[in-house]
Amino acid sequence: MPESDVTPPSSTPGLPPGASPDTLEANWRRGVDRSTRLPVIAFVGSSVFWLLIGSIFAIIASLKFQMPDWLVQSGWLTFGRIRPAHLNTVIYGWLSMGGIGIATWLWARLLKTKLRGRWMLMLSAALWNLGMVLGTIGILIGHSRAIEWVEMPYYAFAFIVPAMLLVVVPFVWTLRHRRVKHLFISVWYLGASMLWTPFLLIAVLLPIYQGVPEATVNWWYAHNILGLWLTPVGLAAAYYFIPKVIGRPVYSYHLSYLGFWTLALFYNWAGVHHLVGGPAPQWLVTVSIVFSVMMIVPVVVVAVNHHMTVVGHFKKLKYSPTLRFVVFGAMSYTVVSLQGSLQSLRSWQEITHFTHYTIAHSHLGVYAFATMIVFGAMYYIMPRAMNWEWESPRLISIHFWTTGLGVGAYFTGLTIGGVIQGIQMLDPSIDFLTIVEDTKPWLAVRTVAGTLMTIGHFVFAYLMYRIITRSGTRREGPVYFHPAPAGMFGSGAGDGSSAETTATPSGATRSARSDDDAERPGL
Amino acid sequence: MTRSLLIFLGAFAAISMSYTALALIPSLQLSTIEPTPGTADYTFEEQRGRDIYVRDGCLYCHSQQVRPEGFGADIRRGWGSRPSFPGDYVYDDTHQLGSMRTGPDLHDIASRQPSRDWHLAHLYQPRSVSPGSVMPAYPYMFEVKSRSNVLPSDVTVPINPEYAPPEGKVVVAKDEAIYLYEYLMTLELQPLNEDGASQ
Repeated sequence: MPESDVTPPSSTPGLPPGASPDTLEANWRRGVDRSTRLPVIAFVGSSVFWLLIGSIFAIIASLKFQMPDWLVQSGWLTFGRIRPAHLNTVIYGWLSMGGIGIATWLWARLLKTKLRGRWMLMLSAALWNLGMVLGTIGILIGHSRAIEWVEMPYYAFAFIVPAMLLVVVPFVWTLRHRRVKHLFISVWYLGASMLWTPFLLIAVLLPIYQGVPEATVNWWYAHNILGLWLTPVGLAAAYYFIPKVIGRPVYSYHLSYLGFWTLALFYNWAGVHHLVGGPAPQWLVTVSIVFSVMMIVPVVVVAVNHHMTVVGHFKKLKYSPTLRFVVFGAMSYTVVSLQGSLQSLRSWQEITHFTHYTIAHSHLGVYAFATMIVFGAMYYIMPRAMNWEWESPRLISIHFWTTGLGVGAYFTGLTIGGVIQGIQMLDPSIDFLTIVEDTKPWLAVRTVAGTLMTIGHFVFAYLMYRIITRSGTRREGPVYFHPAPAGMFGSGAGDGSSAETTATPSGATRSARSDDDAERPGL
Repeated sequence: MTRSLLIFLGAFAAISMSYTALALIPSLQLSTIEPTPGTADYTFEEQRGRDIYVRDGCLYCHSQQVRPEGFGADIRRGWGSRPSFPGDYVYDDTHQLGSMRTGPDLHDIASRQPSRDWHLAHLYQPRSVSPGSVMPAYPYMFEVKSRSNVLPSDVTVPINPEYAPPEGKVVVAKDEAIYLYEYLMTLELQPLNEDGASQ
C-alpha cells in the first residue's frame, strides 16, 4: 500500500449525502489504526510468546527453592542461569516488545496520521526476536555475563540494539507528518524514551568499565531501564487510556508536564542507591538517595492526575477490562514509587537490602505496574488494529483475577519474608541457616503466586491467538465483563480523539466529543 | 524552537548529565586507585574459576561486599574483618558485587572456610555440609567413578554418608569444580586500617 495519507475531514462542505463529519472522521481513524496492524501483530504477538517463555523460567527458578536438587544434572537448567533467562525474556522480550507494539499504535493515533516506515518496524521485530532467541539460549548454555539486567551476551545485543534504533526511524518519520499541532503528554513520554533507551543500552554495553565503576554503571542502567523505558511507556498508556475509556479529560494539563520534566531530571540519578553500604564512593550513594526521595514529586503529580481522572467513575472498572487493568497498574505505580523513595533511605536499606524484599519491590514495579498496564493497553489496541473483538469476557476476567491476586500474594509474601530475613540478618546471634529455614514458607508463597500468574498468562495468550487469527464468531460491540448499562460508555465517553486535546492549556474542560468508533464506545 | 526539539534536547541533557555523573566520573575517580594490599591479579586457573562463577550465576544468591560496622551486621557475623574497599575489585572485569543474600556474602569466604574438601562437598551436595540449605547441587561439576578407576591425579571428595554414592563408588571433582574452589580462595580480605593501609 502506498504511504499516502488520508486527509482528515475538515468541515461539512462537500460531504457525500448521508455522511456526517463524525462517521467520516471515524473511518479515517480506522485507516490510521489499520496502518499499524502488521507491526502491532509482530511486536505484540512476539511479546506474548516471550511472556510465556519467561513465565516458565520463573516457575522453574522458584520451584528450585523448594526442590534444590531438581533439574541439577546439567548446567543449563541451574538456578543461576534460569533466573537471568527469566529476567531477560520478560524485560527485553515481553515488556520491551509489547511496549513497542503499544507505542506504535499510540504514536499513529496521537499524531493523527498513518504510520510511516512500517517495513522498518517489521525488520526490527525480526531482529529483536533473533536477538532474544540468541540471548536466551546464550544465557542457558553458559554465556551469561552475570551483570544484573544485562545478562545477555554481546552477540544478542548486536541484534537488539540495531532493532531498537530501527524503531526510532519510523517514529521520527511519522512525527514529521503529524496532523496535530499540540503534542499530547503520551507523545512526550514515548518520544523521550525512544531517545533514552538506545542511549542506555549503548552506554552500558561499552566495554570500558571495571570493578566498582562497572557496578555503578550497572545500577544506573538497571534502574533507568525501568524508569526511562518501562515507566514512560506505562505512563504514556495510562495517560491515554484512562481518560479515553472514562470519557473525561486528563485532570490537569499543567501537572502532566511538571510530572514529565521532574521524571526526566530526577529518575535517572536514582539507581545507585542499590549500592548503599557497599564500596561505591559515598557521594554517589548520597546523590542517588536524594534523587530517589525527590522522585516523590513526579510520582505524586502523576498520581493526582491519574487518580483524579478516575474519581467519580469507579463503577466503570466493573465493566471495562482496559480500565480495570490500567487503573490497577496506575495505582501500583503510585505505591511502588513511593515505596522506592522510602526504601532508598539508609535506615530502611539496612534492613531490606540483600533480601527478598527487593524482589517483591521489583515485581511491584515490573509486574503490578508495567505488565498490568501493558495488558490493559493490549485489550484496547488489538480489537482496533485487528478490527475483531476479544472472544470471551469470562476468560479476560480469569486473566485479571489470576494475575491481580497472583501479584498481590507475591508482593505480600516476599515483602513480609524479606523484612523478617533482613531483621534476622542484623542479629549476629541468629545462625544463617536458621534465616534460610525461616524464608522457606515465603518462598513457597512465591511459587504458588507465580503459578497463578502463569495460568493467567496462558489464558491471555489463548485470547491473543484467537484475536490475531480472527477466530470464532464475529462479536457485535465491545467486550465488557458485564453488560454495560445504557449510556455508561455512550457518546461522550471513551472519545476517540479527544483524550489528547480535551485538557486545554487554560485548564478548562471541554466536554468530550463523540466516540471514534461508535460500535466500540469506551473499549 | 519547536516543541519536539525542546523535548529532545531536554531529554538528552537529562540522561547525559546522569551518565556523566554516575558512570564517567566514578570511572575517573577510581581509575588511579591502587589495589588494596593482598589483592592480586587472577592466575589462569583462578580466572577460569571466576568465569564459572559468572557463567552459573552465583551472584544471584551471594553478594561480594562487606558492609562497614554500623551498617548491617556483616562484620559481627564474621563475614569479614573489615568493610570492602574499591581497591579490592580492581582486577574484576565483570563485577560481582551482587544485590542478594539468599546465601551468605562471599567476599571473605577464604578466611572463614579455607577447606577444599568442605567446598567441593558443598558444591556436590550443599545439604551434606549445610543442612537446610536451598543452594542448588552442582553434580555436573563432578564425576561418580568406581573406586577402581580412580587415577592418582584425581581429586576425590569425601561425602557425608547420607549423600554419598553407592558402595564402591567415589565422587571425583572435575576441573571446573577445582577452578571454582581456587577462585573462591582469592576472596580474602586482609585486615586494614580505616584509611585503607595495612595494619
